[in-house]
Amino acid sequence: MAHIQLKNVTKKFGNHTALRHLDLDIADGEFFVLLGETGAGKTTTLRIIAGLEKPTEGQVLIDGVDVADWGAAERDVALVLQQYSLYPRYTVRQNLEFPLKSKLRRVPDAEIAERVARVAKTLRIEHLLERKTDKLSGGEMQRVSIGRAIVRKPRVFLMDEPLSALDAKLREALRTELKNIQMNLGQTFLFVTHDQIEAMSMGDKIGVLNHGHLVQTGTPNEIYNNPKNTFVARAVGSPPMNLIDGKLVSGRAVMAPLNFELPYEGAANGNVEGRALTFGIRPEDLVVESGAPVEAKVHDVENHGVEKILTLRVGDAMLRATVPAQTHLAIEDAVRFSWNPEKVVLFDQKSGNSLKHAG
Amino acid sequence: MATAVMTTLDPKSGAASRGMSDIAIRNLFIIPTILFLIVFNIFPLIYSLGYSFTDFRASSPAAANFVGLQNYRELLNDPFIWSNFAITAKYVIVSVVGQVVVGFGVALLLNRTIPFKGLITTLLLLPMMLSMAVVGLFWKLLYDPSFGIINHVLGLGTFEWLSNPDMALYAVAITDIWMWSPFVMLLSLAGLSAVPKHLYEAAAIDRAGTLYTFFRITLPLVAPILMIAIIFRTMEAFKTFDLAYILTSQPTTEVISIRLYKMAFQEWQTGRSCALAYIVLIMILAITNIYVKYLNKVKER
Repeated sequence: MAHIQLKNVTKKFGNHTALRHLDLDIADGEFFVLLGETGAGKTTTLRIIAGLEKPTEGQVLIDGVDVADWGAAERDVALVLQQYSLYPRYTVRQNLEFPLKSKLRRVPDAEIAERVARVAKTLRIEHLLERKTDKLSGGEMQRVSIGRAIVRKPRVFLMDEPLSALDAKLREALRTELKNIQMNLGQTFLFVTHDQIEAMSMGDKIGVLNHGHLVQTGTPNEIYNNPKNTFVARAVGSPPMNLIDGKLVSGRAVMAPLNFELPYEGAANGNVEGRALTFGIRPEDLVVESGAPVEAKVHDVENHGVEKILTLRVGDAMLRATVPAQTHLAIEDAVRFSWNPEKVVLFDQKSGNSLKHAG
Repeated sequence: MATAVMTTLDPKSGAASRGMSDIAIRNLFIIPTILFLIVFNIFPLIYSLGYSFTDFRASSPAAANFVGLQNYRELLNDPFIWSNFAITAKYVIVSVVGQVVVGFGVALLLNRTIPFKGLITTLLLLPMMLSMAVVGLFWKLLYDPSFGIINHVLGLGTFEWLSNPDMALYAVAITDIWMWSPFVMLLSLAGLSAVPKHLYEAAAIDRAGTLYTFFRITLPLVAPILMIAIIFRTMEAFKTFDLAYILTSQPTTEVISIRLYKMAFQEWQTGRSCALAYIVLIMILAITNIYVKYLNKVKER
């Protein structure tokens, strides 16, 4: 168990700056998800915490102790990588035993056997124990590599997109499994992913990373409902938040290039009348009903089973809206829509920052 | 099978217009090689097998008499021949072990990012590219007791490397190690660079020490390619002739190839030397086979 802090960490690879002045605080026992696109610096952050990479500037603290001079072994972290990294030519059992057999902290044989058995049971890989690792499927390999991480009792679990190479079904199953393991162990987890669904469904807290900057940290709810800027609004949620440019004119949202109006009486602080804004609205907060103020054409219908996702065409802009699955709509049908004004998030059009966060 | 992998001849090509079929062209390429092999390898091999059962002497006009297995019987009962084999075995072990230790060690040192890595690697490969005879001649100078640089550098005075019967074989082995360690190094380097970096990172995370990582990850993964290097070097060391012949003529350095050469071309016992050559061939085949079996086992693991 550990409390992890990154203070003002900057990492440069030659001329390329991977992380800029990153501050991160992961509480003890927290499932923290670092979300970002490829190249945002997620893996670098992880490797810096693991001790595989040294920060150019800044400090890494584990339980308040600066670990700058500690190697990976001394930091006592477990790392699950995307490419499994199982030791070839060994059986699953030998792979699981590997971290326990190190001379540094030798564990008695009886305890090794017991721990391996327990981990194998948790991950449901008992039947694979005597098999060579190169004869396993992708999902089995990833389970073994997770098993190798949890077989010792490290202070922190670091996971670098462990699920991204798996197929959808297995990914879902392992997602739940990992979350359960974390809850049972009560350990600190740092999970890195580019998949916002993973982030939303697993994280106690999410940190959104953009080009080495930590844009926003918060609970999945905060991030989803109250994104700090348009980047987060676009990054989180599937389909992403609709962003429409416009102005507030006497209690109505007037969309500038799109030329339609919607009622908005939200208690926006400060003087926002007439300022150039971006209105953010989640697809599920767009209401499609007859008699609503704005007309649109159905551009596309995606049936997701539990719901349908409509792409609406207003002028030449596309908006996404979710409707119940039983709604019957065909492409090019004319529909009318409005929004749920309480759920609208206002962003400054120029900076892209949310007015709520700007305070 | 052979025709299945062949591509068909382009109908517009010159060869096709001259009326040559695919098979004709294939034969054009293959038959000279096969003829060469038959004339210079397979024919002498079989011919010498025949001679090995006779008392033929290439130096005398007398016709060869069939003597059955007498040559083999006498050779295998000859204590001098066995002492030649013992010398050869000692030489093989010293030189192959030396080459593996030095070659693999240097490969480990080179398997990291260091400046001028390419240049250093190329320079280290130079000994391997020299002719055996040249290496033999200049190491003879290096070993020279009165003006040789080795004694000068090591401060050994007039230590007799090559005329000391106890030292001569090791001196030859050291030369062989100098010459062929780069070969082991090259193969080891290929094996080492094929070990995925993330395995080392995983091992570091799993808190494995340097030695533990080396014996549990590096060595098992490099073992197959290292085995191939060892097979090659063992075969070569077993057949060593030129280095030992040029460097010294001590009875203690008379490896089996030198004995064979003397028997065939100084004593002119052609029939008997053919039999000895066959005994050596069978031994090398047997040793190589053991290695290959072991290699397959290593690969399977």
